[in-house]
Amino acid sequence: MSQFLSTATVVVRNPQGLHMRPANLLVTAAGKFTSNVTIVREGQAVDCKSILGILTLGAVQGSQLDLRAEGPDADSAIETIVDLFQRGFDEPTE
Amino acid sequence: MLELQGIAVSPGVAIGQALVFDREGYQISRSRAATVDANQEWLRLKSAIDSAAAKLEASAQITADKLGARLGGIFSAQLQMLLDRRLHDELEQLIQKQSYSAEFAVSEVLNGYAAAFRRAGSSFLAERAADIRDIERLLLEGLTGVPTQTLREITNPAIIASHDLTPGETAVLDPRKILGLCTETGGPGGHTAIVARGLEIPAVVGIGPFLHLLRADDSIIVDGHLGRVIINPDDDTRERYLARREHRQSIARELTELRDLPACTSDGIRVELMANIEFPTEGQSCLDRGADGVGLYRTEFLYLGSEADPSEEDHFQAYVQVVRDMGGKPVVMRTLDLGADKMGMTPYAHQENNPFLGLRSIRLSLRNPALFRTQIRAMLRAASEGDIRIMFPMITTLDELRTARFLLRSVAEDLREEGHVVRNDIPIGMMVEVPAAVVMLDRFIAEVDFVSIGTNDLTQYALAVDRGNEAVADLYQACDPAVLRLIQKTWEIATQHQVSTSVCGEMSNHPALALLLVGMGIRVLSVAPSAIPVLKKAIRSVTIGQCQAMAWRAMRLDTAKEVDAFLQNQLAGLVPEMVLQA
Repeated sequence: MSQFLSTATVVVRNPQGLHMRPANLLVTAAGKFTSNVTIVREGQAVDCKSILGILTLGAVQGSQLDLRAEGPDADSAIETIVDLFQRGFDEPTE
Repeated sequence: MLELQGIAVSPGVAIGQALVFDREGYQISRSRAATVDANQEWLRLKSAIDSAAAKLEASAQITADKLGARLGGIFSAQLQMLLDRRLHDELEQLIQKQSYSAEFAVSEVLNGYAAAFRRAGSSFLAERAADIRDIERLLLEGLTGVPTQTLREITNPAIIASHDLTPGETAVLDPRKILGLCTETGGPGGHTAIVARGLEIPAVVGIGPFLHLLRADDSIIVDGHLGRVIINPDDDTRERYLARREHRQSIARELTELRDLPACTSDGIRVELMANIEFPTEGQSCLDRGADGVGLYRTEFLYLGSEADPSEEDHFQAYVQVVRDMGGKPVVMRTLDLGADKMGMTPYAHQENNPFLGLRSIRLSLRNPALFRTQIRAMLRAASEGDIRIMFPMITTLDELRTARFLLRSVAEDLREEGHVVRNDIPIGMMVEVPAAVVMLDRFIAEVDFVSIGTNDLTQYALAVDRGNEAVADLYQACDPAVLRLIQKTWEIATQHQVSTSVCGEMSNHPALALLLVGMGIRVLSVAPSAIPVLKKAIRSVTIGQCQAMAWRAMRLDTAKEVDAFLQNQLAGLVPEMVLQA
């Protein structure tokens, strides 16, 4: 049974930060869920289903981001997105 | 007359009328559409979005046809942004709730994003701001039905002066109409530079603010050799450039007749003239110029067009196209030579204080074996279609060379296990660009089939000069005696071991320096395709003895200045009709 609200905190690991490719992966991932997913960085909140919004964050490596999902599948949405961050979007790290 | 200095990114000289390409001048009515049905207004915008999406797909196609599939990827990024659901929500809000006109809403919302991207202060996002402007322009065009000024519709040939050019604008450049380009911003690795070189349009970028100095139809000269832009040249200057151009053109006519003749000295010593290329579509222009093959196929363009890493198939298609076009002539492929100074949108770039001494080129490839293997797989597969040779750039230590060769062997084994037929006679070479490689060349030489001297980097590393740094750029001289000695030493060691040496830096584009290299023993030169006819002419005009005498004397001079003066003087004596070319 999914919760209605789920949150998590993540750190951007991949060296290039949230550029075009990771942003696109986030939008695609979030788009699979009905929940609204929000990313907050230093008080600025953006819709995780918007590539323009995510780019606007200008999140570089090491940025701390708060994730918040609201909706029937909030738990699995957060789980999927946290996993993307933890894998560094499968980009090469050093 | 006013002379401005910028960064030369695409060689050639253009003389013509200036066309100031200024997007900011586009006027939209900043009105609220109180009298119009908001619903109608939103539908109007929706259909503009649809047609903009169709245009982006078309642009992707145009670019792909002209410069290869990979650069078309610039537009998939724009398409993703255009189709952003959130963007549509914001636009709809302004129109439905606040009675904005569609044009006003587009301008407000997209300007907001462009400003936010610029504020973020990363070079990656600053480039995305240019994409946002492309999207805004497309939407406004669709809404007003009035095409904004675009570079596609220019009727009279002109020189474009602009603050910068967006990817969408450079994609539609027509080299028959655009004589030259000069921009206030930009650098050697930007898309404007890359596309200008690919289309052979003379270009100078990074000039700094100068558009305010230009009036419509001012006459202007773009010197893509020296990075100079001259506004309203005086009669003398204009005459000088016109004479130079006239001279070039008359030589060019004469030179086309040389196409099918070999580059031999008048006493029969054969020099191979190969071409340096960047895009898969350049094979044909190499053949048109009478190239003996491709001496340097740069593969970085695959990483500039798109965010995602190119797939093995992307690599393969790009390589096999050139190999087939060259019809059995050799194609020397250089593995990835990216560094923090020339990164597209790839995630391998890192902020480095000193990128030229940093994680670049073969170091980057060895640190990212997956990336390297993908490229090598494609090269090995393409090698079954023709005469491919593989070389590793920026080799500094034997360990690097051995690791690279080891990876290559293991990739070949994998391919064979998968049932591919992989040739086992592909020549493997290294670039000599680091003084350490020259010093240790007697050890390297037993482990390579050929060496190619990259004079651009060799000069930079030998003389400790960043050639992009204006304050020391005058020290950057490929004809410095120290560089010449490194080249000589490389040739001597390689020749003792019967290994062929080529020179593939910009240095060999100049007839005087090319003759000097021939006199020093070099028999393979790889140069810009456009330089091939001129060099062929120069080589056919001299004897090997004359070149050797020239080299003997040049090697005894003390300074770059003396060498340069001596070579110009020699060229004037040996091939008088070439002098203006140099």
